[in-house]
Amino acid sequence: MSNKILRGKAYVLADNIDTDQILTAEFLKVNPSTPDGYAELGKLAMCGLPDDFIPFVDPDTGVCEYSIVIAGENFGCGSSREHAVIALGSAGIQAVVAQSYARIFFRNCVSTGEMLPVVSNTRLCESVRTGDIVEVYVDEGRVVIPRLEIQAPTEPVGELADIVAAGGLFAYARATGRMPALG
Amino acid sequence: MQQTLTQKVLAKASGRSHVEPGEVVWAKVDVLMSHDPCMPGVTGIFKREFGQQAKVWDRDRFIMIVDHFVYTADPLANQNIRHMREFAKAQDITHFYDVGTPRYKGVCHIALAEGGHNRPGEVLLGTDSHTVTSGAFGTFSIGVGNTDAAFALGTGQIPLKVPATIRVNYHGKMPAHVVAKDLILELTGQLGIDGATYMAIEFGGSAVDEMSVESRMTLCNMVVECGAKNGIMVPNQATIDYLATRTDIPYEILEPDADARYAKVVDIDVSTLQPRVARPHSPDNVGAVDTLSGVRIDQAYLGSCTGGKLEDFIDAARVLKGHKVSVPTYAVPATKEVFHGLIRARIDGTSVYDILIDAGVSLSSETGCAACCGGPSDTFGRVNTPISVISTTNRNFVGRMGHKEAQIYLASPYTVAASAIRGSIANPDLYI
Repeated sequence: MSNKILRGKAYVLADNIDTDQILTAEFLKVNPSTPDGYAELGKLAMCGLPDDFIPFVDPDTGVCEYSIVIAGENFGCGSSREHAVIALGSAGIQAVVAQSYARIFFRNCVSTGEMLPVVSNTRLCESVRTGDIVEVYVDEGRVVIPRLEIQAPTEPVGELADIVAAGGLFAYARATGRMPALG
Repeated sequence: MQQTLTQKVLAKASGRSHVEPGEVVWAKVDVLMSHDPCMPGVTGIFKREFGQQAKVWDRDRFIMIVDHFVYTADPLANQNIRHMREFAKAQDITHFYDVGTPRYKGVCHIALAEGGHNRPGEVLLGTDSHTVTSGAFGTFSIGVGNTDAAFALGTGQIPLKVPATIRVNYHGKMPAHVVAKDLILELTGQLGIDGATYMAIEFGGSAVDEMSVESRMTLCNMVVECGAKNGIMVPNQATIDYLATRTDIPYEILEPDADARYAKVVDIDVSTLQPRVARPHSPDNVGAVDTLSGVRIDQAYLGSCTGGKLEDFIDAARVLKGHKVSVPTYAVPATKEVFHGLIRARIDGTSVYDILIDAGVSLSSETGCAACCGGPSDTFGRVNTPISVISTTNRNFVGRMGHKEAQIYLASPYTVAASAIRGSIANPDLYI
């Protein structure tokens, strides 16, 4: 069994972060399937946040220094745009830790395998600060914030766990014989 | 037995007699829809996973629609539409509603209905969250991302978790100045923005049974604003009559079992309901119109998959007839068919088109999603400054219609029209 640990700086958000804030609709024109489009979406990640928020992506360098997003309830509500998941993944986000997710956003995380949607019932978004180091012990099922000495359990992925474990929908379909292996 | 309508459709699609909420089934996809903002992403994944020369699973069942960023000078947006043309040609796609051709329609969810692609008892996927609109036809219809769509495009299948169902009954006779938009805003207010997450919403009750097809579409359209996976209802006679003029493909009407098990039942008496308005910045931030009466607005907008259908424009015209708007009011019919309907539909002998023009409405003949989701900076009706807007659309998140500091209020066509006349939020009972 693997012992996967994700560790990095957190960017902290509250409840009901909608996909227009993660990636504003006008940038749906960017094609996430091309290398240039993928890279550009990373620079646009969280571009719809109010202007008085801490920049998610450094406006001068286009680089995001965070690798984990901490949020409250209903993360990713609104549109079905997979661009939103791709934008966060391209920016370098490895996992979102939230109390709950909107259905399509969660599904898009699972199907793409772009990043891990972690559910923790502990409301971390009010104690963790942007810039804090966060550790996600994926297989052990806990989130650790060393500065606050917080150890929060995470919830099992649920019914789609097999797809998450496979690394995405296509990998899962190949592993289970639903489509032929890549030639 | 004991199955909801959503369970019934998913059981049929997965070749089973019974499915339970929570289980993951492999469902056969009857219709897949994609549009200009997502098609290049979908086809990129499709070619990567199935091969450069791969063919789509069924050229008759993949519906391609241009609707989001259509009438714009934006080079990337135009490149996406060119990309769709190349793909449609290479794959010999049967239903491609391309701009600049007689087939062009506009907003995908209304185009799907007009094209006869929403059929009872079927599974329909679309790369747009408002794909739930098709549930008005008894279709299990959901929004999906590019990866799920690309998978379905190659295989005609999709793994789906069977949702539990919330049953919503609207009882009673609606007051004259209340419409379907008010009913669904009342529900989003009651359930909250994540009140139906991972669940189906099944509509029923006498008010729904008596509704027009377009009103029923309005109800299903906004279930995603409560986080629902899908909205669905048993087709009524109006729906069956509509289908008879749109498709000759046979379909099966399914119904929930009499002893269906619901996670929750919500009963709403519409006979005393007053018009509803969603305040900034969430579609569940709902209040009665009278509690907001007099709130100043700078602009009004009529359009989208929610409020850009023919019936919506007729409603707006009923209020606007003989009046002038006092704030800039932009109107974008969802589809070409709706636009043509404005010219044909008459109220007391005057066309809806003339009523809107005479009232001072800026009416676009360029149909599509337009300013509902902001779009490129040259989009008709886009909110480019920090103003207050009242709109018949579905979302009022920060920045949704363009400017991040704009205040967006969501309401019915009646309420938007009445507010446009007054320059402030107003109860349409003043005019109806």
